[in-house]
Amino acid sequence: MMAAYASAVLIALGLIFFLAGTLGLLRFPDAHSRLHALTKADNLGLGFIVAGAAVQAGDVWTVLKLLLIWILALIASTTVAQLIARSAAPRNIGGEGGGG
Amino acid sequence: MAEFHYFAALAILASTAISLWRTLKGPTRADRMMGTLLVGTGGVAILVLLFLIHGQSGVLDVALLLALLAAFAAVGFVKSVSPDGAGDPEEEG
Repeated sequence: MMAAYASAVLIALGLIFFLAGTLGLLRFPDAHSRLHALTKADNLGLGFIVAGAAVQAGDVWTVLKLLLIWILALIASTTVAQLIARSAAPRNIGGEGGGG
Repeated sequence: MAEFHYFAALAILASTAISLWRTLKGPTRADRMMGTLLVGTGGVAILVLLFLIHGQSGVLDVALLLALLAAFAAVGFVKSVSPDGAGDPEEEG
């Protein structure tokens, strides 16, 4: 019963972070701040939901697989955040005349 | 408990659906890609919640695959916007 309550609290926290990420994606003013909201808040929300599932999991292999899913999502989002941020950067950033 | 999990999955589904507005409106191509990336992350979260509801461990394999495909989609996007398709976002051109 304790595990069910802990799981519900963790999943509710995850929901809050997911909604915050979506709100940031919709409301932030430019592409880079939207990328910031997307790749951090949403992956933290996913981490809370994975943690909520892990405290209810039956065996250790399921916990390890859930952890693997989250680690893969984290590695993917950090890589993708760098790649998209650099591809969306103005071409003359840091050069003559400053960034656009 | 299953009702709460269904509610959480529906809430995440609604938030990913709302994020598709960003894919529709842009304004830049990177913004459109970000909207679809959120579908990847949200889809993984929904599949984890479905695993809690139904207890079928095969759903977790689907979640792993979806996380992998979302990463490949974004890398493919960055390669497609770099001038010669090599994927270096800082190259000249």
